[in-house]
Amino acid sequence: MPASTCPLTGPQVVDLYFLEHRAKLLDIAAFLDRLDRAAPPAAAGDVRVRALRRAIPLLVDGTGDRARRILELVSDHTTEPVPAAHTQGALGADPATAY
Amino acid sequence: MPYIDPHIHMVSRTTDDYARMAEAGCIAVTEPAFWAGFDRSSPAGFFDYFRQLTETEPKRAARYGIAHYCWLCINPKEAEDPGFAREVMALIPEFLDRPNVLGIGEIGLNKNSRNELVILEEQIELAKRHDRLILVHTPHLEDKLKGTRLIMDALKNAGLDPGRVLIDHVEEHTVKPVLDAGFWAGMTLYPDSKCTPQRAVDIIECYGRERIWINSAGDWGPSDPLSVPRCHVEMRRRGHGADLIAKISLENPLEFLGQCPSFKPLG
Repeated sequence: MPASTCPLTGPQVVDLYFLEHRAKLLDIAAFLDRLDRAAPPAAAGDVRVRALRRAIPLLVDGTGDRARRILELVSDHTTEPVPAAHTQGALGADPATAY
Repeated sequence: MPYIDPHIHMVSRTTDDYARMAEAGCIAVTEPAFWAGFDRSSPAGFFDYFRQLTETEPKRAARYGIAHYCWLCINPKEAEDPGFAREVMALIPEFLDRPNVLGIGEIGLNKNSRNELVILEEQIELAKRHDRLILVHTPHLEDKLKGTRLIMDALKNAGLDPGRVLIDHVEEHTVKPVLDAGFWAGMTLYPDSKCTPQRAVDIIECYGRERIWINSAGDWGPSDPLSVPRCHVEMRRRGHGADLIAKISLENPLEFLGQCPSFKPLG
C-alpha cells in the first residue's frame, strides 16, 4: 500500500470511526448468528458465506492492504472470457473458487 | 462548493433530485447510457432513450442551473446478442453531433463474456472513428478484477490514448493498475456495493489526486444522488482542505471532459 496521506492521527481515527465500525462488526456477528438459527443449515455452505468466513481472518493477520486483499479473495481470477453470459447479476464471491 | 457529478443516471431520478443537487452545489452532470433495469425489446427503445438523453434531460436540468451532458452506447448488460447490439450501435452516429454528447459510454463488460467483449471492441472502434472520449463501466463484484483486465487489454490493443478514457467503478483492487496504465479512474459511491465515501477518500489518500474523480452513479437502484457532496463532508471531517475537494470534483472532471470541445459547463 502506498504511504498514507491521511491528515488524522491514530487516536483521531479511532475517535472518529470506532463506534461506526463496532456497529458494523456486530452486524456481521448477528448475520452469522442469524444464519445458524435459520433452516436449512446447509445455507452455511453457500459460497458467499464461505468466502466471508475466509475473509474474516484477513482483518487480523497483521498485514495491511486488507480491503484490496479481501476484494481479490472474492474475485474471479481466470483470464479468458466466458463462452456466454447466462445471467446479468453477480454474487459477490466467485462461485468457482473453493473457499 | 461547486461540483460536477460526472456519472449519474438522471432519467431514473426525480426533478426534486435535480433541485437538491443544485442546492448542494452541483453545476453539471454527465449521464452515461446504461441498462434501465430491464432489457429493452427493440432498438427503437434505445432510439427513444437517446432522444431522452439528448433532448429531455438537458432541459430538465437547465431549470435548476445544471448543465447536462451525456454518453451514448449499447451497455454491456444488453450486449450479449451481437445482432441486437449492432442495430443499436447503428443508431449512435446520428446523435453524436448533438451539443450535449461527450462520447461513447458507459461501454465495458458485465459478465466478461465473449460476445460482450466483441461488442466492447466494436464500440471502442466507433469512438476511435469519431475521435470521441470513452467512459468505461467495469463489472460488479467478483467479476470486476477480471473484467477490468480484459477491458484494459482491449483498450491497449486498439491503440487509444489512455488519457482519453475514464475507467469507472474502480475499487482498491483495480485502481492502481488503471492509473498505472495512464487511464483516468472513477470511483462510484454506492451504499451496498462499490465504494463508500470513507473508502473513496482512503483511495485518494493512498493513490493520489491525479486522474481520479468521484461520482454517485445515482440510478433506479439503491443509490444516493447526493453522495458526491456527502463524500466532500467525509474529506472535510478528516481535515482535508477545499483544494482537495475542488481538485477531485471540479478540476479533474473539467480536465478530462474538457477534451471534448462541447463540454463548457462554466459557459
